[in-house]
Amino acid sequence: MSTELTVASYKTDLKPIWCPGCGDYGALNPFYQAMLDCGLQPKDTVIVSGIGCSGRFPYFCNTYGFHGVHGRALPTAAGMKMASPHLNIFAVGGDGDGLGIGGGHIPHVARKNVDLVYLLLDNSIYGLTKGQSSPTSPLPMSSKTAPYGYIEDPLDPLAMYIAYNISFVARGFSGKPKQLRELFTQAIRHKGFSMVHVFSPCVTFNKQVTFKTFNELVKELPEDHDAGNRIKAMEYALDRSTLWTGVFYREERPTIHERVVDIQNRAGRFKDLNELLDDFR
Amino acid sequence: MAKQEQVSLTGNEAVAYAFKQARPHVASAFPITPQTEMMHKFADFVANGEVDTEMILVESEHSAMSAAVGAAAAGARVITATSSAGFALMWEIVYVAASLRLPICMALVNRALSGNINIHCDHSDAMGGRDAGWIHLFCESAQEAYDNALMAFRIGEHPDVRLPVMINYDGFIISHTADSLRMLSADDAWKFVGPYKAAYSVLDTENPITVGPLDLTDYYFEHKVGEIEAHKRAFDVVRAVSAQYGALSGRGYDFFESYRLDDAEIAIVLMGSTAGTAKDVVDAHREKGVKAGLLKLRLFRPFPAAELAKALAGKKAVGVMDRAASFGAWGGPLFTEVRSALYGADRQPPVLNWIYGLGGRDCDLRQIDSVLERLADAARGKSGETVNLLGVRL
Ligand SMILES: Cc1ncc(C[n+]2csc(CCOP(=O)(O)OP(=O)(O)O)c2C)c(N)n1
Ligand code: SF4
Ligand SMILES: [Mg+2]
Repeated sequence: MSTELTVASYKTDLKPIWCPGCGDYGALNPFYQAMLDCGLQPKDTVIVSGIGCSGRFPYFCNTYGFHGVHGRALPTAAGMKMASPHLNIFAVGGDGDGLGIGGGHIPHVARKNVDLVYLLLDNSIYGLTKGQSSPTSPLPMSSKTAPYGYIEDPLDPLAMYIAYNISFVARGFSGKPKQLRELFTQAIRHKGFSMVHVFSPCVTFNKQVTFKTFNELVKELPEDHDAGNRIKAMEYALDRSTLWTGVFYREERPTIHERVVDIQNRAGRFKDLNELLDDFR
Repeated sequence: MAKQEQVSLTGNEAVAYAFKQARPHVASAFPITPQTEMMHKFADFVANGEVDTEMILVESEHSAMSAAVGAAAAGARVITATSSAGFALMWEIVYVAASLRLPICMALVNRALSGNINIHCDHSDAMGGRDAGWIHLFCESAQEAYDNALMAFRIGEHPDVRLPVMINYDGFIISHTADSLRMLSADDAWKFVGPYKAAYSVLDTENPITVGPLDLTDYYFEHKVGEIEAHKRAFDVVRAVSAQYGALSGRGYDFFESYRLDDAEIAIVLMGSTAGTAKDVVDAHREKGVKAGLLKLRLFRPFPAAELAKALAGKKAVGVMDRAASFGAWGGPLFTEVRSALYGADRQPPVLNWIYGLGGRDCDLRQIDSVLERLADAARGKSGETVNLLGVRL
């Protein structure tokens, strides 16, 4: 059965149950559109999510879904891609999921350059557990676990991604869905590990990092930004006065799958045992 | 008996107050439902200067228990709390905490383990750690959670014991339900708990020690025997601490509570909040002239096998209700231990098992009623399945 794909092909009948105004809506719609732009077949697509409000993503997508445990979306997704390289694999999760409890996984998937797309929806808070400080909560943000203000420095996720040498690094804002659609599309088309960091405010528990914050600080990277220039990408990532959005960095290099196939091919040359034994004759 | 205030608190709040009254040096925590509110409350106490505790907000439970172990090895009194997946993630260090004989106190707000994802109560998390070397206390109500949380420090820190203690209370049913309870004054609680002086500390530069080094075929086994023996000694300590607490608070505790059990012919054994419902059902059966009773286990580790066998000997039938499955085992974890405790006992009763309430499935009066009916049949010699499921749609 082949019917023409539309945005509706990617939606389930389940209405998202995020709070009204949650940033995650602003990421979901462009995500549907990007899947359509890339002509992804829902039947060949899997969305793996972590635990969090953001972890509800696959419930609303008419693809295969896997809702695992907190912090492990990325290695689960990587395992899937290794087992079924023909599938389109997405990992989705929050700032806590991806940068806190599961923060150790990103550099290693980067090293492997597994061909998948990771959507990290950053609201600078643990949303689902009702508002505790997260690794991206800026100083001196207060929260349920830090009533008079947080005392730990936030991470610099974009700088980390670039330092980890992830082969595609982009950042968007759910208040700018058009750009997000474009970023998701490019991420899907990129061969290798694509990281899309999305500012996605939590309107219920985070009254300090809000849509207003981002509307004031977010700006698209200059058109002439050379995404092949890692040093320049790092400079934009570390800029505190402006929160740049767009594709920071991109590099074409073999994926782990390609490297595995390469080894298999080389190993395959010795299929004949006699040929191996020749070395010892 | 000490003067006490009658307060209305949720189980989580009650435990947060107990932890505050014990004045821990360090608290490490990471949020997870249904534990989260306990640490929110405690974080408020810290932020308001009501307790002088260093609060470490870590990035996962693996780190929460690691930080707890580090702080305890440095001689601190340490608290932490978790539930379900959080406890599962801690697991590696949960063993280490007991092996290193660090008397950390942890609230384990019982919640089902994944998958699929479920936030409601069962005891699968606690059972996952039942062999880890911790002392396990189970609670029926917010009052018991408060009382056990205070006693936990005295039990775990006692020189004869020196083991971590887990205060188990049912997620949502106890943690989130406002209950009326009696609370000791800060002074009385402190007089009871008292300061903690660790036997060893990695920060004691006069007496340098190394904690946790390689321990292979030469001494590992002997060190495990140390833990085994500490658990044996814990019985007397639990009794003594509970008696002292009883005199202070008017609320006596033992290894288990016997409810209309002495002259009972049929008896239920269980742990946790379901005891409250079971007491009502026992009363109803008593009114009908059926000699029913309940044994509510408070101390699951160490397991008071001898006392339990004595309390149940001569019953005509015993039904053990497990709020956890042990997949592939013959019956639930509590059942296998109770039955094993009774094996070879004088006047050994038939012991049946019901697995109930997984993932928060409500256990209502009718379900417990059906257990007592079956036990009455068994008492009359009617045969039937030994291991049963309760309240499941098949
Ligand atoms: C091992 C483990 N620890 C803790 C939790 C509880 N928990 C669920 S979601 C969450 C944080 C969610 O924050 P984030 O990842 O930023 O997602 P958001 O809800 O903000 O989208 C936590 C701590 C869990 N599910 N599993
Ligand atoms: S709590 Fe925050 S992150 Fe979660 S759905 Fe509501 S607005 Fe979104
Ligand atoms: Mg978040």
